[in-house]
Amino acid sequence: MNDMRMVERQVGTKPIKISGRNVQVYYGDSHAIKDVNVDIEDNTVTAFIGPSGCGKSTFLRCLNRMNDTIDICRVEGTITLDGEDIYDKKVDPVQLRAKVGMVFQKPNPFPKSIYDNVAYGPRIHGLARSKAELDEIVERSLRRGAIWDEVKDRLNAPGTGLSGGQQQRLCIARAVATEPEVLLMDEPCSALDPIATAQVEELIDELRETYSVVIVTHSMQQAARVSQKTAFFHLGELVEFGETGDIFTNPKDSRTESYITGRIG
Amino acid sequence: MPGGVLFLILCTISAVGYVMGRRKAVSVSGGDSRVMHSLLPYHGWNVALAAFLVGLSVMVLWSLLRLLFGFTDPGNNIVSVLSLAAALLAGWTNYARIERNYRARNVVELMMKGILIFASSIAIFTTIAIVLSMLFETTHFFRDYSWTRFFFGLKWSPNFSGNSDLGMLPLLWGTLYVSFIALLVAVPIGLFAAIYLSEYAGPRLRAVAKPMLEILAGIPTIVYGLFALITVGPILRDYFAQPLGLADSGSSVMTAGIVMGVMLIPFVSSLSDDIINAVPQAMRDGSYGLGATPSETIKQVVIPAALPGIVGAILLAASRAIGETMIVVMGAGAAAKLSLNPFEAMTTVTVKIVSQLTGDTDFASPETLVAFALGITLFVLTLGLNVLALYIVRRYREQYE
Repeated sequence: MNDMRMVERQVGTKPIKISGRNVQVYYGDSHAIKDVNVDIEDNTVTAFIGPSGCGKSTFLRCLNRMNDTIDICRVEGTITLDGEDIYDKKVDPVQLRAKVGMVFQKPNPFPKSIYDNVAYGPRIHGLARSKAELDEIVERSLRRGAIWDEVKDRLNAPGTGLSGGQQQRLCIARAVATEPEVLLMDEPCSALDPIATAQVEELIDELRETYSVVIVTHSMQQAARVSQKTAFFHLGELVEFGETGDIFTNPKDSRTESYITGRIG
Repeated sequence: MPGGVLFLILCTISAVGYVMGRRKAVSVSGGDSRVMHSLLPYHGWNVALAAFLVGLSVMVLWSLLRLLFGFTDPGNNIVSVLSLAAALLAGWTNYARIERNYRARNVVELMMKGILIFASSIAIFTTIAIVLSMLFETTHFFRDYSWTRFFFGLKWSPNFSGNSDLGMLPLLWGTLYVSFIALLVAVPIGLFAAIYLSEYAGPRLRAVAKPMLEILAGIPTIVYGLFALITVGPILRDYFAQPLGLADSGSSVMTAGIVMGVMLIPFVSSLSDDIINAVPQAMRDGSYGLGATPSETIKQVVIPAALPGIVGAILLAASRAIGETMIVVMGAGAAAKLSLNPFEAMTTVTVKIVSQLTGDTDFASPETLVAFALGITLFVLTLGLNVLALYIVRRYREQYE
């Protein structure tokens, strides 16, 4: 863990963006998430780590109600975004997802041109009033996705024709274009090579300035590199949550210690 | 001896060949099958397949030769002796070859590949044979009847005493008109049904609704024809055609088109449903994750991704509509007419092919031979549609994957 940049870390005094209280998730009869309490800060990268099947992706998908699309999934407890319960009946999951964007494990560009991929969100949410404005949003998003220079000459080429790393950055640009407040990333680098991973990680660090970023990762090095806060999940429970530096150097729970030293997971 | 008995004997020879080949392989291996190049069953199959294939080929070749040269073989005696001898010889040759290093597996795989190639070429050769036989009769037809009058003639009135007008255009018009109305009914309804079933319906409803839709596809077209004749036709006549003063016949293009459209709904919906389901869930998740509603996701992501397949399904339905006969006979009548009025009776190419060839006909007059010319026109038309479908599918596939 030599690359943990302890110096750059600031102890969190930032406002709380998302907060979960007594969150339970059931898939049919199985209890996937047990009694999770967590506060996710604004302008912070929060990493969810833990062994496979520990519920970290499930919990991430609760934060923008992506689990609504799974019939047998049931969520209990409260999750609030800026103090408002996102599972309240008044909340439209569609509007919620416009505020809480998501990037998936496997790059999933639409079968459209690069331009249309990025313009998709702004178009459906009516963010641009003119073509020029839309062009500007697309360019800005692609720049934020650190992919502008590679694709600026072929915006009309299909997004599916890019390499894996480019596709994932395109998907990040697509998520950014909707101007969300929170960005959820479900193992965004698991399909990428080290170079593309480095690019995406750098990007995540930049995104922190504007968004609250939550990232699920299997790589503890990655969690240590990009996040300020880390949550360790094990068997559906949130075992430990705190400053990334503390979690990796001075874990309070023996299970956390076992996991980060490679004894479980 | 009869051919069936001969075939049975051939099968017995190969079965015995299998057992003998395997047994010899066991004894050669000396109890340790790993010293052999090929697994033991391959040595058995090697003998069995060689005997069977050689025996069968001799039988087939013999019947071909008999067809070509017209000689007789009373009681099939010569062919029996020849093919059985050939089978035994081939089996024995391969049996004698069995030893540790003999590559029986490669030989068996080669023979199996040959069988597969033969099976797949049968379909191709049959198509070629059908086209050739139709072309042959068509040239006969055009010897008696000018092709310009056939392709561009506006009047269809066959007269078996000779001197008939055999213009194809009224029939082609009827075919296209009926198919067009059928697709107008089937494509939107089928597509919407597919979207509902694949995107909105719960698993329980889907489990009931999809088989129900597919039952429609299993109804014989003659039953649809009855429905057109006794229900749809009169309703259209009494409530639309007569009050509007358009026509007063129960059989009309509209009747046949609507009923044919209903027949095609399960075709379109079932194929499109499979294609829409094949669009990866990751696409939908990506769209939902950006805050798109289900309907936006369907319109802008799912349908475009599934478009090549959907176009293919529609063109397949169009081919069926063009080739459909029974519903047209019972729903649209048999009068060849060039008219825009959808409530008038018209007829199609397929119906006229049937009516020209049924009854006492001699295959020399242009009135019967015209059926072949019509047939080949229809064939070219559907072939064109299929080629177009393939082209569209391929073009979009490049763009989308």
